[in-house]
Amino acid sequence: MAETRSEPAPAEAHEQMGFWQQYIFSVDHKIIARQYLFLGLFMGYVGVFLSYVFRWQLAWPGTAAPLWGKVTPSQYYELVTMHGTIMVFFVAMPVLLGAFGNFLIPLMIGARDMAFPRLNMASFWTIFVGTVLLLISFFVPGGASRAGWTQYVPLSDSTLYLPGNYWGGNLWLLAVAIDFASVLMGGINFLTTAIAMRAPGMTVWRMPLLVWMELVASVLFMLSVGPLIAGVVMLLFDRIVGTGFFLPQRGADPLLWQHLFWFFGHPEVYVVAVPGLGIVMEILPVFSRKPIFGYRAIVWSALVAGTLSFIVWAHHMFVSGMNPNLAAPFSATTIAISVPFAVMLFALIATLWRAQITFATPMLFALGALANFLLGGVTGIPLGTDASDIYLHDSYFVIAHFHNTLVPTAVIGGFGGIYYWFPKMFGRMMNETLGKLHFIFTWVGFNLIFIPLFLIGLGGGQRRIYQASVYTYYKPLQPLHVIATIGLLILIIGQLPFIVNFLVSMFRGQQAEANPWHANTLEWMTDSPPPHENFHTIPVVTRGPYDYSVPGMERDWAPQNEELMAAAARN
Amino acid sequence: MILGWLPADVSTFGPSIDAVIRLIFYVVGTAFILAEGTLLVFVILYRRREGGRAAFVRGDSLRQFAWVLAPVIIVICFDVAIDARAKPVWDLVKLQSPAPGLTVKLEAFQYGWLFRYPGPDGQFGTRDELVQTTTLTVPTGQVVRLLMTSKDVIHSFYVPQLRLKQDVIPGREIPAWFEATVPGKYEIGCSQLCGVSHFAMKGIVRVLTPAEYQQWVSQKWPKSGAGAAKSASSVRSSAHAAEG
Repeated sequence: MAETRSEPAPAEAHEQMGFWQQYIFSVDHKIIARQYLFLGLFMGYVGVFLSYVFRWQLAWPGTAAPLWGKVTPSQYYELVTMHGTIMVFFVAMPVLLGAFGNFLIPLMIGARDMAFPRLNMASFWTIFVGTVLLLISFFVPGGASRAGWTQYVPLSDSTLYLPGNYWGGNLWLLAVAIDFASVLMGGINFLTTAIAMRAPGMTVWRMPLLVWMELVASVLFMLSVGPLIAGVVMLLFDRIVGTGFFLPQRGADPLLWQHLFWFFGHPEVYVVAVPGLGIVMEILPVFSRKPIFGYRAIVWSALVAGTLSFIVWAHHMFVSGMNPNLAAPFSATTIAISVPFAVMLFALIATLWRAQITFATPMLFALGALANFLLGGVTGIPLGTDASDIYLHDSYFVIAHFHNTLVPTAVIGGFGGIYYWFPKMFGRMMNETLGKLHFIFTWVGFNLIFIPLFLIGLGGGQRRIYQASVYTYYKPLQPLHVIATIGLLILIIGQLPFIVNFLVSMFRGQQAEANPWHANTLEWMTDSPPPHENFHTIPVVTRGPYDYSVPGMERDWAPQNEELMAAAARN
Repeated sequence: MILGWLPADVSTFGPSIDAVIRLIFYVVGTAFILAEGTLLVFVILYRRREGGRAAFVRGDSLRQFAWVLAPVIIVICFDVAIDARAKPVWDLVKLQSPAPGLTVKLEAFQYGWLFRYPGPDGQFGTRDELVQTTTLTVPTGQVVRLLMTSKDVIHSFYVPQLRLKQDVIPGREIPAWFEATVPGKYEIGCSQLCGVSHFAMKGIVRVLTPAEYQQWVSQKWPKSGAGAAKSASSVRSSAHAAEG
């Protein structure tokens, strides 16, 4: 674009649109990203509320939970089913892919928007419809689905086994299928954008790691979700038309569903975890003032981990009744995944070596995420090992393990991302004191929930038990449930500073500069918030994203679009 | 100690499973503490200092990256060791089936457990077959083979003290085995979500000494004398015993 503007600037053109076009049915990736963020945050707190109710029942069985009342067994299974479903499909995916992917991929690669803006809008409104259907299912006769977030057949297949739970189960399947369709549309957009619309000089090896991680996640999702969408539609047919694809009395093997579910389910974990790690990878160098350690090795590790994730699914099924000869190979592939993840995590730790670390709120969340993801990683080993999984499978150890992989990445990493990119998203800074308070409550609360749950699992406590006092072996474990619920209450109280901070800062926060953190990546090389179509002039990329503290330069950061010669001349 | 939370072992293969858990726990626990320790030390040591400047280390040369590769190679060694240690234990529990002293058919249903004893003739479906609900009575020192099916949805036979867990599937018969070592009453929990009363689907494994077990057998099959459950075909006449 020329210095003297003869045509109306994109930002001005944007102003001429009506409210609906500009904010509701927008095709601007930045607005769509915010829509995803609001949707994801709202659903996140719905999911937390559900967990509060069932955790209250676990800690103090039979007493009335404030704001809910006594929890019946049916309600309990509705709550745990919907908590899992909401958190994975309607929080983690919209926030990490929908919000961060949408907002950052075009900005980070120097593009004006997504490749298919209308498809982008369609993908948001599709997940919105899915979300509404899922929420409606709480209020239909018979209530929401009680079959668990994994919807194992034949339990989920027929109202014979869950009497009255007809519409809840149908809506669950419908909502999830729609959610998958939405994420597929998003993934196509992410890939096309990153392949075709990179700014001049933005080679693939100069892309920020978050972009890489979003792409890995999109590819994993696209390659894994097909079988499960097929499965979901078949299950819906079973329920509505009576086809019997999964009913053993009609000749089916119930394990088929588990294979379809976990063939998708394991890559799905990485669809969520890998972009979460990507956020951590963006935050660490900026607040360490150091290049990320082993950029290419991290990318290759993510690709290897993603590939391996397709051949590990049966580790969810060691004791399912599948051929026991399959356990050893699946165990070996699963344990092998520790290698690429170890490379990534060690590289992140090495990034901190001889750094200049400042503890702004995003950095606290990033470090907290890293610390807990390590715990989540190592506790996967006894579950991925077939022999020890005989004992630990379907116990609270599993719950504690996967919450320690998904919460650090999706939630703690996600919060770090919100604090880090808030100035770019909304043009204002968030309050640091409230942010730190939020971090402490969230991180301490989180660990107080899940460290006791590891012990419950080791003690033999199996999951999805409405009333643990049925079993004598559960009795010594009961105090741990109380500690965990207190941890959850602490975590919930800790969300108040965040909500206040988020809403107040959006309108009253201190005006943000273009590049408040002195970061290198392209999103910081434009206004905060960026104008319509992102850049006044498309940047020309001259270097990688993590050149911090380059020797011989006065500044300790070197923007990706800075001309190398000019920079040298200035010094 | 964290592993102190494991309940007492009462099966022959229980200690082997615990040994795998213990191995993983120590190996992985050490790696975990070292990694977290390094992270903590770096965070404390490399706080921002006035006028300080971070080292420009990209870790893209092999020499630098060796600092990451060396611990990764150690991780690979641990992985191989864990796989190697776990394989025979898995095979022992899930693949081998030692000659059983007692074979029982288990039927799981919403929401309970049913156990079918073949009786002295060793044959299922004959008149001396004995059906017990909820409680499985077995002796110590004998391999018990379970042939498990479900009448409706997927359940999971789980006895923490036996370290045994096996899903039970409708439309299929899945074998499992154990040999109890310590007499006592141990609860069976269902560990696969099977409906709204999943939590209450409790059963009991009653482990008796061989002498007590013989007594129980002679009570249940009075005419079979002291004969073991699998011998003697001369007792076809004994009454069809139902719920005991």
